[in-house]
Amino acid sequence: MSRLFDSVAELLGREPRKPAADTIDPQIRELHAGKRNDRTRIEKIKIELAHKAAHKTPEKLRRKRWAVLLLVNLLFVLSYQLDIQMLEGSLTASRFVGFHMADLNSALQVMLAYKHVLINLLIGTVTVFIGWWLLGGRTFCSWVCPYHLLAEWAEILHVKLVEKKLVKDHPFDRRARTAFWVIFAVLAVVTGYTVYETISPTGILSRALIYGPGLALLWVALLLLFEIFYSRRAWCRYACPIGLTYGLVGATSPLRVQYHLESCFHEGECRKVCLVPHVLNTVIKGRATGRDVDIGADCTRCGRCVEACPTSSLTFRFKGLGGLL
Amino acid sequence: MERRRKRPVKPQARRKFLRTLVMGVGLIGVSLLGYIPVLGRWVTRLRPPGALPEQQFLASCIKCGQCVQVCPVEAISLADLDEGFGVGTPCIDARAQACDFSCDGLQCVLACPTGALTHEINYPHETDMGIARVVRPDLCLAVQGRGFSGQARGAAFRGKLRYDAVDRWNPIPVSEHPYELELCDLCMRQCPIEIRLAQCAAGTPPSGDERQCPPQHAIRLESLAAANGVTRMQPVILEGCVGCGVCEMICPVEPAVIVIDGTQSRELDA
Repeated sequence: MSRLFDSVAELLGREPRKPAADTIDPQIRELHAGKRNDRTRIEKIKIELAHKAAHKTPEKLRRKRWAVLLLVNLLFVLSYQLDIQMLEGSLTASRFVGFHMADLNSALQVMLAYKHVLINLLIGTVTVFIGWWLLGGRTFCSWVCPYHLLAEWAEILHVKLVEKKLVKDHPFDRRARTAFWVIFAVLAVVTGYTVYETISPTGILSRALIYGPGLALLWVALLLLFEIFYSRRAWCRYACPIGLTYGLVGATSPLRVQYHLESCFHEGECRKVCLVPHVLNTVIKGRATGRDVDIGADCTRCGRCVEACPTSSLTFRFKGLGGLL
Repeated sequence: MERRRKRPVKPQARRKFLRTLVMGVGLIGVSLLGYIPVLGRWVTRLRPPGALPEQQFLASCIKCGQCVQVCPVEAISLADLDEGFGVGTPCIDARAQACDFSCDGLQCVLACPTGALTHEINYPHETDMGIARVVRPDLCLAVQGRGFSGQARGAAFRGKLRYDAVDRWNPIPVSEHPYELELCDLCMRQCPIEIRLAQCAAGTPPSGDERQCPPQHAIRLESLAAANGVTRMQPVILEGCVGCGVCEMICPVEPAVIVIDGTQSRELDA
């Protein structure tokens, strides 16, 4: 329970904490202490990593994820353009072969602004809630959201520019995202307009893909420039209420990335690739409080860490299915 | 705890806090800019059938465009960011492509997941998009006693209408359906309400459904006695007009004699 509490607190913006030594089970402490003993194994991993760094191989899972993201969005586009009617509408609300679906954050904005809930909207919201709860919540972000993909590309650029010392990352306080979530909810109630939807790059991009581009894309471009030149992944990390909504949904999801302390030698490869590095705080030497630790709710289940880990100490798990996944 | 409080705030942390504050105020500010076009009513839009009153409509529309996708004549398009909070909401440019109710069953209303297009209406005559107004009677061909022959809006016009006699199910481009009229009565001739009334009078209501029959006329050509004793005809908008915009779309003169006032409804007008 306290792990869930920490997971949500970190989702809301609390910085990850180093657990006090006396809160860690003695057995686990022993595991931590024994890490340095297996020198030959550590040497072997180091050589392996050096080899990997010299011969960069493409990240297969990342490419698959991008393919899924593009396919989902393409399905929206083709459903309309070719009239195949598989997935009609856009990311804010749609019908999947006739079944209602509604983006949770958009539905929330509408419910708060309009103050009535039509049964269709409720059905769509519950369906999507269950779907993303099963699939991990913020899985939406890295596997479906079109802005996330652009932001990933912007991030690659940003990191290159930082390496060349041309720009500097300016981090914000992660609690800002929670504040935005609350403010936009209050604004919807008070003004009676779905204020957030006006600037939502997810909605804007989804509509632009399906119905054609417009002025609104300038706002998206502005956000991307901000991320490239000023602050790394700023929108997803510090602003997007959609991400927070899905994060809360996924906090208790059965699908999560799990960390296995026993096999980990703390090379830190996972933290280098993670899109939301604070969730991997637990992999730092001496931090894990258990043998197997679930990664927190802000995790987008992108799987980059799973692929990067040289010792397979991070794996996808579906609670209840044991090791089937 | 004590020690913590005594430690001075690091300049780096303070900068981060201030930066976050500025970003926060900036972003909320930008999002509230969306208020300006709405309050200023920069653009007044014709909304799809069944649209709630504007404020409620903007509150309830989830901006998904499902109404756009089901419209057989593609009358609906989505508004852009220059309309502020209205971004992504559906609207109709009647002069380019009006709603001619060729779906009969109000597909956009059925498609709407939030009820922004109210599900309380089922038939074309129950909608209330606005009201047609004869704004330039002096340009009207009927008023001038003239007929009309040829393509109503020229060869390049892309708009479509459903002509029951041609194809009951598929709307065709207006340019493919030339007219030969001794006295121009296009606005009345193509009025979806008038077409339905005629069908009902002939005992063949749309889909054989009596409930499709409108209760009252929407437009009529009335004789107008001019000063020189010559009698002319002029279109007059009646109680049954729902503001679908077909008269505005089909009017062959430029600019159109009839335009839809989307801000007015029958209730307000009464």
